[in-house]
Amino acid sequence: MASNHTVVTEPHILFGKLTFDSIPYHDPILVTTFTVVVIGSLGLVGAVIYFGKLKYLWKEWLTSVDHKKIGIMYVIASLIMLLRGFSDALLMRSQQAIAVASESGAGYLPPEHYDQIFTAHGVIMIFFVAMPLVVGLMNIVVPLQIGARDVAFPFLNSLSFWLFVVGALLLNISLFVGEFAATGWLAYPPLSGLEYSPWVGVDYWLWALQISGIGTLLTGVNFVVTILRMRAPGMTLMKMPVFTWTSLCANVLIVAAFPILTVTITLLTLDRYLGTHFFTGDMGGNQMMYVNLIWAWGHPEVYILILPAFGIFSEVTATFSRKRLFGYTSLVWATACIMVLSFIVWLHHFFTMGAGASVNAFFGIATMIISIPTGVKLFNWLFTMYKGRVEYSSPMWFTVAFFVTFTIGGMTGVMLAIPAANFVLHNSLFLIAHFHNVIIGGSLFGYFAGLIYWWPKATGFMLDEKLSKWACGLWTVGFFMAFMPLYVLGFMGMTRRLNYYDNPVWNMWLLVAAAGALIVLAGILVQLYSIFASIRDQKKNQDVTGDPWNGRTLEWSTSSPPPFYNFAKLPQVRDRDHWHDMKEHGLAYQRPEKYNRIHMPKNTWAGAVMGGFFLMLGFAMVWHIWWMAILGFAGIMGSWIVYAFERNKDYYVEVEEIEAIENAHYERMERAKQRKDDVADDVVTISV
Amino acid sequence: MLLLTGCDFLLFDPKGPIAAEQMDLIIISALVMLIVVIPVIVMSIWFPIKFRASNTKNEYKPNWEHSNKIEAVVWTIPILIIIALGTITYYTSFSLDPRKPIESDKPTMVVQVVAMDWKWLFIYPEQGIATVNEMAMPVDTPVEFLVTSDTVMNSFFVPQLGTQIYAMSGMENRVHLIGEEEGTYLGFSANYSGFGFSGMKFDAIVTSDQGFEDWVAKVKAAPQALDDEKLAELRVKSRDVAPMHFSNVNPLLFSNIIEHYTGALNGE
Repeated sequence: MASNHTVVTEPHILFGKLTFDSIPYHDPILVTTFTVVVIGSLGLVGAVIYFGKLKYLWKEWLTSVDHKKIGIMYVIASLIMLLRGFSDALLMRSQQAIAVASESGAGYLPPEHYDQIFTAHGVIMIFFVAMPLVVGLMNIVVPLQIGARDVAFPFLNSLSFWLFVVGALLLNISLFVGEFAATGWLAYPPLSGLEYSPWVGVDYWLWALQISGIGTLLTGVNFVVTILRMRAPGMTLMKMPVFTWTSLCANVLIVAAFPILTVTITLLTLDRYLGTHFFTGDMGGNQMMYVNLIWAWGHPEVYILILPAFGIFSEVTATFSRKRLFGYTSLVWATACIMVLSFIVWLHHFFTMGAGASVNAFFGIATMIISIPTGVKLFNWLFTMYKGRVEYSSPMWFTVAFFVTFTIGGMTGVMLAIPAANFVLHNSLFLIAHFHNVIIGGSLFGYFAGLIYWWPKATGFMLDEKLSKWACGLWTVGFFMAFMPLYVLGFMGMTRRLNYYDNPVWNMWLLVAAAGALIVLAGILVQLYSIFASIRDQKKNQDVTGDPWNGRTLEWSTSSPPPFYNFAKLPQVRDRDHWHDMKEHGLAYQRPEKYNRIHMPKNTWAGAVMGGFFLMLGFAMVWHIWWMAILGFAGIMGSWIVYAFERNKDYYVEVEEIEAIENAHYERMERAKQRKDDVADDVVTISV
Repeated sequence: MLLLTGCDFLLFDPKGPIAAEQMDLIIISALVMLIVVIPVIVMSIWFPIKFRASNTKNEYKPNWEHSNKIEAVVWTIPILIIIALGTITYYTSFSLDPRKPIESDKPTMVVQVVAMDWKWLFIYPEQGIATVNEMAMPVDTPVEFLVTSDTVMNSFFVPQLGTQIYAMSGMENRVHLIGEEEGTYLGFSANYSGFGFSGMKFDAIVTSDQGFEDWVAKVKAAPQALDDEKLAELRVKSRDVAPMHFSNVNPLLFSNIIEHYTGALNGE
């Protein structure tokens, strides 16, 4: 994040725009960060090589097409990015907490640096934390929930993951080589155009989002096909678990909305690289078109983030209320309604652009209508608890925290949807409070609930319940302390993205908000410790049965972690809560009489290698290093063609291997059961 | 919380009818929604406590998953609330439309507003003057602000007068506002526009008719006019700009600035 905006010169033939000045070696904060990152990475790579795990890492993980492993890698990457995005949040909160002044230069972050930070914060949290976290959870869970052995296009899944990684890497490279955009997370032109942002920051934004966006689009295609075509026999659409339903809707939204992002970014890229004028007035272009297009993607995007979280809450509430989900049909229809409506509300992000009264009224009312199915969902979850036996597990803690928080966020959302009220609330801290209220209190709490809930399924051991509850408490308290003051500040007329301000009353509230952010930090640290402690104590926390929560859906019928082929025999689904139904009827855990060989995809180098070339292409395009861009592009095409001509892409798992794996699982369960009977007191009970 | 006074809440301290109606709208919409928000929050806390697993005295219906009665209620209540709010939304979208002229005995005054890097230029075509980062208007007189930008997108906003509107290059946006109480209010850009954005503030002065005339006379007495040279100076990026007065201004300046960004459309 260099704040020295290097003079724009003719690109060098070998190095493009890259010069020694592009590296912020005179910024002590960045040099320190850089040193730590480099030493950390070298240490990590060194450790991997020292312990001889390089081959294992490559063969078992980096080249894997197994949806569960890809899902785990997504989750790890998103948690790392969460730390980066949250550091940005702390920097912003601390800057605003001290920057009371009437002139530029207050606080410790000059605007040239601060503005990159809030841009990076938004981009990271949406594209590189929320998206990979939700895609990771879908990867881990959806094929298991529908009784499939993998996603429809396993290689494509691996490629999607690597494209996401490339986007995240580009964004992080911008921290140390050059700079990031200082335009706000959606980079409205003309500010993001060449005239007002001639530096490479916006180019990093363009290529990081373009490449990871294509990855997301491919994920969408993959999951729509997987869910529609690969369900176990008997699982009709209306017998699908709710998380699968919400994932389906989210992926339909991805397929419909992400092409808009791809095209919009392409047009802006053309404006910046080839001097076209799609979004600048001089030659008949129109900046309003960009704002419309980016939100035509952006609004469905927020539903892409929240719908799967709704699915998670549905699963968690039903499981821990020990009851069938109330109003399944209306929940599914409500989800579908939201999916459709999310496409006709984008204008509410810019009522202040000056559209006519009728246009504003239409989009305002359309937005409010979304709150009807959303409200119905809340009631459905409440009535799922009603006459149930609610167990206070940590996913349930997050769920109840969500009910309360999200209701407030929904209310402020409807207030913002009234155009005439929006005219004074728009772009204020009220807006910031609102969307953090629904993204943290809605999406993120959902992902955390899901992460704890499905953690044992993915890893084979549980997260520490007590620590997770602490994390939930700290996150909730921290959230309220950090964001309720922002609602207040919005009413006080404080607008977003201010680097300094001269109102001492605002300062008081911003100090409270900064304290709230520190409490959230404590929550994050507890979560990290909880992961560390659970890995350390994994023998103690082992999930032997594969069904630690007494679950209701198919994923709990497999071992934890499931065998790479998921299901030795595909289940014949009879009920919506199929696994619960089997347990009720005593059909669970029965060994099949005989196994058949299973057709599986082979791991492939292609995703990682193509990712490497994409990184080369993206970096080269940012710095106008044309020879490297051509090389990167040729590499992508070349490796794609080589992969396409490979014949050896799949294989059969033979019956002996399946029998060995399955028998080992059943034996482990038997032994655990015996031990439990023998020394009931000594055994750590896994279920809560 | 001694520091908390009504005056700190700009949105709840309106100085004109537009802002006052918007305050009412915010309060009414919040109250209407509380009808459903409060019960939901209460149920969210009460249900898990009441139906906790340890309380085995409760009725337990593990397979109960549907009730037409409850479904009817949970769909109807949000629908009714949205019908009510939708109606309010529809009417206020028209009654508070920024383009709608404000009815008054006094004729509407026009002020042209140009967002620049990073300051606000105000042109008074009727008075033939211009100012930077200081805008005065007579009390109880409706003002039509014509808003454009000579740079990136900004938003013209005086919270205590109401409605903000985007300032975009090559385009003329309009907002009608009126001040009913004399005073100096905070105006600023409400849309991030680059490194100098935080200092893009201006004084919005609502003053008596006489006070306004005096103010105009003061500006007219300024030593400098807004000529091409001065305009070129203004176009240079600058931060935290102190108010400036210009005794004279090219009457076509505002439309020239707009046309500057629509070259192709004018066949240039």
